[in-house]
Amino acid sequence: MSELPLATRLFVKAYRWRRVDPVPWASLRRPLREAKIALVSTAGLVLPGQEPFDDDLKGGDWSFREVPSDADVHTMRDTHRSGSFDHSGVQADPNLAFPLDRLRELVAEGTIGSVNQRHFSMMGSITLPQRLCEESAPAVASMLEADGVDAVLLIPI
Amino acid sequence: MCNQAVGLIAAEIERRGIPTVCIALLREVVEKVRPPRALAVPFAHGFPLGAPGDAELQRRVVREALGMVEGASAGERPVIGEFDGN
Repeated sequence: MSELPLATRLFVKAYRWRRVDPVPWASLRRPLREAKIALVSTAGLVLPGQEPFDDDLKGGDWSFREVPSDADVHTMRDTHRSGSFDHSGVQADPNLAFPLDRLRELVAEGTIGSVNQRHFSMMGSITLPQRLCEESAPAVASMLEADGVDAVLLIPI
Repeated sequence: MCNQAVGLIAAEIERRGIPTVCIALLREVVEKVRPPRALAVPFAHGFPLGAPGDAELQRRVVREALGMVEGASAGERPVIGEFDGN
């Protein structure tokens, strides 16, 4: 916290964060080495041909982009316009926030069983999360459920 | 804000019976939003898995995070782990 700019620290204190209550809990159905894993990242990355995320939407862009498991991560483009973080890392290596190559390596080394057929890229700067909670999060959750995913790794930026 | 978004999405996925784990750049926000499991990392905003081009470090963070979904289910929730870089 101490390394954040004062304005950001004040925002963290003052903002009325949505509180998950009760905390839901699910258990892994099979050992991790047999599990199918999916990614959800809110770094605002898009594949070539996909619509960039829209920073002008009031309250934040709650939409999502599907990323197939055979996508080339290095072609992903950073469309997150937030000035509150350094973009150089994710622009140099999108795996920093969308580690599809790392998941493939974990399959090869036997840590996880498989990589789901699709993953989801979203935007994080959502100050009004109602449509995220009512529309896009349930839609993404339903697709992951339909895919028979065993566990999901979520990554902010 | 990103920490809140992933936490809310994680909760929705977990309610469907699929365990989740979030990377947390701001532990304080995770404690307020309360996704089921989070791995707090000592990295700056913009660098959730450590460093660009450092595949070994990125793998270590991903391995440790995914290891949390295999962990014990009893006890205090949310479960917040710390990645110490070693």
